[in-house]
Amino acid sequence: MQHYPRYTPKTDPAGATGELGMSTLSERILGATAGEYVDRKVDRAYAHDGTGVLALEAWKEMGGDRLGEETGYYIQFDHIAPANNGTTATLQHELRDFARSSFMQFSDVGCGICHQLMGEGVVLPGEIVVGADSHSVTLGAFGAFATGVGATDMAAIWLTGETWFRVPESVGIHLAGRFTGAAEAKDLALAYVAKLGMDGATYQALEFVGEGVRHLSMDERLVLSNLSVEAGAKAGLFYADDVTVRYLKEHGHEVSCQQASPCSYRQELDLDLADIVPLVAIPHRVDTVRPVDILAGLPLDQVFVGTCTNGRYSDLARFARMVRGRKVAVRTIVVPASGLVLEKAIRTGVLADIVGAGCTIGTPGCGPCLGYHMGVLGEGEVCLSTANRNFRNRMGVGGEIYLGSVATAAASALQGEIASPEAG
Amino acid sequence: MQGRGTAVRLPADIDTDLIIAGRYLRTKDRSIWATHVLEDLDPALAPRLKGAVIVAGKNFGCGSSREQAALALREAGVVAVIAPSFARIFFRNAINIGLPLIESDLACEEGSPVIFDLSGGWVDTGGERHTIRPLSPRMQEILRAGGLVEYWRAQR
Repeated sequence: MQHYPRYTPKTDPAGATGELGMSTLSERILGATAGEYVDRKVDRAYAHDGTGVLALEAWKEMGGDRLGEETGYYIQFDHIAPANNGTTATLQHELRDFARSSFMQFSDVGCGICHQLMGEGVVLPGEIVVGADSHSVTLGAFGAFATGVGATDMAAIWLTGETWFRVPESVGIHLAGRFTGAAEAKDLALAYVAKLGMDGATYQALEFVGEGVRHLSMDERLVLSNLSVEAGAKAGLFYADDVTVRYLKEHGHEVSCQQASPCSYRQELDLDLADIVPLVAIPHRVDTVRPVDILAGLPLDQVFVGTCTNGRYSDLARFARMVRGRKVAVRTIVVPASGLVLEKAIRTGVLADIVGAGCTIGTPGCGPCLGYHMGVLGEGEVCLSTANRNFRNRMGVGGEIYLGSVATAAASALQGEIASPEAG
Repeated sequence: MQGRGTAVRLPADIDTDLIIAGRYLRTKDRSIWATHVLEDLDPALAPRLKGAVIVAGKNFGCGSSREQAALALREAGVVAVIAPSFARIFFRNAINIGLPLIESDLACEEGSPVIFDLSGGWVDTGGERHTIRPLSPRMQEILRAGGLVEYWRAQR
């Protein structure tokens, strides 16, 4: 598997020890007040096989010939990897050559989803991270300012090592309590997207705070940050705490906690984890959410477990615990988020349980989420997916996508219809 | 920066999957994007976008960061997009490829003429003049250059 030895991050990230004042974490990391426009050096910049192709074209047109060395640059093949046809393969061939002949850290087919790879001990608290993909917000879980851009913005970062930001106002999401029953981070994520609405946080950053946060594992935080863009947010941040420090230590990094300071939020949302029940987002909007109970019995053609939302080892392990020794009643595709996740699932027997239950496994990566390969839906087919988007036709023309948790996916796979993980 | 076109109205929350579907992304032939733009919303729409000013509901361009969405609109002949709000990645992408965006919740009839002046800060629809919020100075510079590629080419 690919690791990233070359780039040495700054030792005193602004967000970790920087000035404490009446500032949000975004303001501290970007070093300016909400509403201001700033140019900032990017600590880590990454693109995948989709956006990377256009970025390379734009970079050449801009006059790019070699990359600077101060920024950590990464290219990961995850969207259509392995390539589905000759055209895709040719486009990827050019990008692969470029990545290998420059300072890029390159992760080829099977290494995994870009956001997952950046979260396996690469991104550190206080960094400014830009990915050419909307779900780059995932990395905010580490106390980094992580946001998505398009291909041409990425090309300009390759050219200059910098980009401009409008420092966002922030939405404070105050979490209390602990999950009960079968509810999990995905249900909480769907709950806050439903409350904010698809554009409720446009141009703003989410900050997850409150005593409920300390009970959340890194994997759970990554789920909450991942969906922040579904409410239109520019970033979704957690302050680095003991959980973050311990996770990064396991990945070979010594970092410090970020102390939260009093600050003003443009909007505030209070959520008690104990109130969260298993939820499903119905077609074709992520913010249109129903309790699973109401939809129980809806026949399914496919269940999909994976993606940058719910393809981590803890997700696969939870799924395996529920299907172990039983048989799924509908075609069920499980795609690990990374090669490391796959490796661990093999080592611990999780994969044997999943395959033994009649599920099939895809190459680590995005899987069918973007509707290109490895499980595209046919006209009129219905899928329960652990992904983050259920837009019209996204996973195939005429297919319908219901979004739910890993536990809901497991319960539904066993029944062949939408089923509550709390029913059994 | 001035421009004019014919209003084509679209609803709120138009996502980038809807603007250009994932199945058309992997190509170097940009005319494919122009042909299939907004196809899943209305298969007959693409030809009507030549010389159009799209007047949409809020949160235009939400979802995936695919720049092909902005490129598809530009290649199809869209002159500008007016909406009360845009998803932020689409906002940057559109300006970066030289497609003007105007944040405004003005109302206008389908097919009515739209004239705008970004430097002057106004839009004229069917004889009615609306004041618009100006783009940031940087975005104005990028747009004036014709896009971010041209902006950086000129700087170097």
